[in-house]
Amino acid sequence: MILAFRSYALPILPAICSRVLGYLPILVFCVVAVLFLAGTLLAARLLRHAGSGATDREPYECGNEPESFAHDHRFSIRYYLLAVLFVIFDVETVFLFPWAVMFDQLALFGFIEMMVFLTILVVGYVYVWNRGALSWA
Amino acid sequence: MSGLLAAMLEATGPTLFHYVLVPLIKIAIVLFAGVLPLIMYLVLAERKVLGFMQARVGPNRVGLWGLLQPIADVMKLLVKEDVVPRRAVRWAFVLGPCLVVAPAFVIFSVIPFGPPAATEGGISWFVTDINVALLMVLALATLPVYGIILGGWGSNSKFSLLGGLRSAAQMISYEVPQGFALVGPLLLAGTMSLVGIVEAQRDLGMWFIVPQFVAFFVFLVAGVAESNRNPFDLPEAESELVAGFHTEYTGIRFALFFLGEYANMIVVSSVAVTLFLGGWLRPFPSVEALSFLDLSFLPAGLGGVVWFSLKLFVFLFVYIWFRGTFPRYRFDQLMALGWKWMIPLALVNLFLTGLVKVWV
Amino acid sequence: MAPTVTVPTPLPEKFPEGTVVEQEGMDQPTWVVQREVLKDLALELRDGPETQFDLMLDLCGTDYPERDQRFEAVYHLYSLPRGERLRLKVPVTEDVPTLPSLIDVWKACDWFEREAWDMFGLRFDGHPNLRRILTHEAFQGHPLRKDYDPARRWILTEDKIYRPHPQPPEGEDDDDIFERMTINIGPSHPAMHGTFRVVATLDGETIVASEVEIGYLHRCFEKMAETHTWQQVIPYTDRLNYCSSFINNVAYCKTVETMLGIEAPPRAVWARTILSEFSRIMDHCVANGSTLVDAGALTNFWYMFQPREEIYGLLEACSGARLTVSYGRIGGLSADLPPDFEARCRRLLEIIPPFIDDVDGLIAKNRIWLDRSVGVAAISGEEAVNWGWTGPCLRASGVGYDVRKAHPYDLYDTVDWEVPIFHGGDVHDRYRVRMAEIRQSLSIIRQLLDRGMPEGPVIVDDPHIALPSKEACYNQMESMIYHFKLIMDGIQVPPGERYSMVEGANGELGFYIVSDGGGKPYRVKVRPPCFPMMSTFSRLIEGGTVSDAVVSLGGLNVIAGELER
Repeated sequence: MILAFRSYALPILPAICSRVLGYLPILVFCVVAVLFLAGTLLAARLLRHAGSGATDREPYECGNEPESFAHDHRFSIRYYLLAVLFVIFDVETVFLFPWAVMFDQLALFGFIEMMVFLTILVVGYVYVWNRGALSWA
Repeated sequence: MSGLLAAMLEATGPTLFHYVLVPLIKIAIVLFAGVLPLIMYLVLAERKVLGFMQARVGPNRVGLWGLLQPIADVMKLLVKEDVVPRRAVRWAFVLGPCLVVAPAFVIFSVIPFGPPAATEGGISWFVTDINVALLMVLALATLPVYGIILGGWGSNSKFSLLGGLRSAAQMISYEVPQGFALVGPLLLAGTMSLVGIVEAQRDLGMWFIVPQFVAFFVFLVAGVAESNRNPFDLPEAESELVAGFHTEYTGIRFALFFLGEYANMIVVSSVAVTLFLGGWLRPFPSVEALSFLDLSFLPAGLGGVVWFSLKLFVFLFVYIWFRGTFPRYRFDQLMALGWKWMIPLALVNLFLTGLVKVWV
Repeated sequence: MAPTVTVPTPLPEKFPEGTVVEQEGMDQPTWVVQREVLKDLALELRDGPETQFDLMLDLCGTDYPERDQRFEAVYHLYSLPRGERLRLKVPVTEDVPTLPSLIDVWKACDWFEREAWDMFGLRFDGHPNLRRILTHEAFQGHPLRKDYDPARRWILTEDKIYRPHPQPPEGEDDDDIFERMTINIGPSHPAMHGTFRVVATLDGETIVASEVEIGYLHRCFEKMAETHTWQQVIPYTDRLNYCSSFINNVAYCKTVETMLGIEAPPRAVWARTILSEFSRIMDHCVANGSTLVDAGALTNFWYMFQPREEIYGLLEACSGARLTVSYGRIGGLSADLPPDFEARCRRLLEIIPPFIDDVDGLIAKNRIWLDRSVGVAAISGEEAVNWGWTGPCLRASGVGYDVRKAHPYDLYDTVDWEVPIFHGGDVHDRYRVRMAEIRQSLSIIRQLLDRGMPEGPVIVDDPHIALPSKEACYNQMESMIYHFKLIMDGIQVPPGERYSMVEGANGELGFYIVSDGGGKPYRVKVRPPCFPMMSTFSRLIEGGTVSDAVVSLGGLNVIAGELER
């Protein structure tokens, strides 16, 4: 299998393919990281001493018996609002990255276009700020 | 040695050799000789440095100057009891710490610790160089948020939940200015390859911190916030939320969260060094008179690695220094700082950088 | 020295004959008040232009089983504008131990009334929350009643634990209820210095309602005092505010000394003043250090603790103990000062200021610290007085009341010093007022050292009060008999009652002591300065975030040993 791959696949791979192969070490690193985690957890499982009584397994409530659990409650709505804002702004960032890399080719046209794009973003940003969505308290 | 390599090359074929086996060796070195010992001794260094800053001595019992303390800590954490709280969501509880550690490790695959191979078949001081490296760094750096929120939510404890929510809110808030800040160096470099960015700094003749100091400042603040460190250590603010999202964690799972935090510190520092402080370049890379600083007497680009490490250590020291100096922000102040100061600052920097590039 | 008081006598005449009667021969003006007129009288006393008793210092019960009206509720009032004190005694019977609650007049009565209920079973009509405060919910009986056997034990079970459910104010939007979360902060929480518990209802991270539970460290010091001789009580006083235990010794000893009509010799007074100021410095260091560490500024905590460590060295040289010194004795001090006392003090004067300056340098202009502390948990001077505040926290709210200036004792009127006053009433000013007071204390100590150490004994030369020396005890018949009598019977304190106060590290530390002429106190009541401040905590933190609550606690300097006695 390997030999076959080597003998005929490699010579015909164009440059683009070798670029893709550049990602292979990352995959390898992922595997190593997962193996490392598995190994650590396994080692701990073999070494650690057994758990003691059931009171250890109560959630921490500053020494009191918990009356309610965290899952009995809803999150505050503000976190949701924040997540929405984040999605909006982070998508902008994603657009900015390729634009920055290709800046030299796009030149003045690209700059103006991005500024128009950012202006729309800033208008939204100012609106959100004025509505008080950025103030946590 | 070269005979062995040649034999392995023969046995596995060029593809596997270049893209699996050599990286595997490099990964092993980066992880087990680089990052992990660095984290262990970073913890010790932090305790020592903080001790000296705070008129006390820090650990000094295990080994000379406490040098064996990290090993003792690891042993202790390995043998400690593992508690999964009653009514915890087990899969989330278990997955949480893993999701914090693994992405932080994988990021090191694209960090250039030193220059690429000068000659064909020489040693490149990085695992791989891809043309979207920065994007990948950003993507992977987001993943720990999931780990923290899963751990905090999965514990089913109120303190953990509050810590997890705080943390998630904080990290995503600071990711926005961090992303904006990174566009500045990208504009100057014209590539997302981290190796390419360092080479662009060499070609420009100066580190990007000089033209992009605003971006550097924003990135620094956001980076400290992203790694949950003082003055932004709210998610685990011990005086408020006990231990935040990892309140319920013990033993090795706790250790993994700990590991993840320090790995993230190193990641942020490495990215900052690469993007703003010239990576493996010496200071003033364009001044010929200082070329002795290249340390060219060292073999095969090792001088670059020395410079990279030095800058990294300075950065890590700054982290510790912050912790010894600053009080902690309150949550609403932290959000205000991120959304109302850092984002406009980064946007203005972006605009000015683009303007200058168009004009010049 | 008796406080100079001129309480207007016409006031009792406004009320029906016999309902307000002045009691003669007391240490301070004392009125015996019938409960029917108590509330009207209290309002009159607070608002009347000739009285202005705006500060309710202390409320306690006393028990005289042989009387028809067995219990007495004793109020100690203070008029800040006029500098006068007044004691009200309200007798009630065992069958109907009921009084009107004065919570509308002085908010400070809130917890004090609960304590009187807990300890004596006095009921206060109109109190919104008259529950046990210091003892366990399952406790039975009222421990400070004379017929309660101190050796009695209870098995207190978990099922009777009170579970507070702080309710947000009326009219809140019901839709938010699902997002509310009630969490316990304490008793086992890193920010609760000492063991108390704050049950907080959160909306997001904002505290919408809260309730403070105390009593985890209650050991009924006041009951123990009744079963020990006068001198034996001293080690217990160490354990009140254990951050500045020597000041407690002094406060207790001075009260008993005035009852005995003796004065400590000049050398002891000189040493007491110096060591009290050092204790104050330690206490302020702890308060500011813990405030800062709760704000995340870890380094300052260690910097503030270093002076404390050094002062402990001095106390150890004097008394042999570091934390609980028990160095004061009725009539003076337990042992002579060490030969290098002055040199040690001078050295401390040199090494403490750099630490204080370092902390100020690190934090005073730090933007984060200012954002965290300015305007946080703020309280106006007027409100603070109504809640019964005294000490540095009150002075941070703009009210410059300091016992050392208003009613000088020891050597405080012979040295040149100022009372620092700030007006913000917030966490930041509570920090600043303490820093300024540390500097004032250092100045007081320096002046006293420059004056030179007085020669002579450190305890009164009275065999009925001070123990004879070991040598005399073993060689002289008479001394041995005195020693035996003192150990077995204790000091004989003449019958009477006394309220006397010193400026403790966190406010007016008063002792109200009743003696029936025996070798043991009949009743000892401590006026703990942090008790009224902690009762305000709910009010301080509501509307703020958890972080605000945590950062404001250290500045109140609530010491559980003193709070719960």
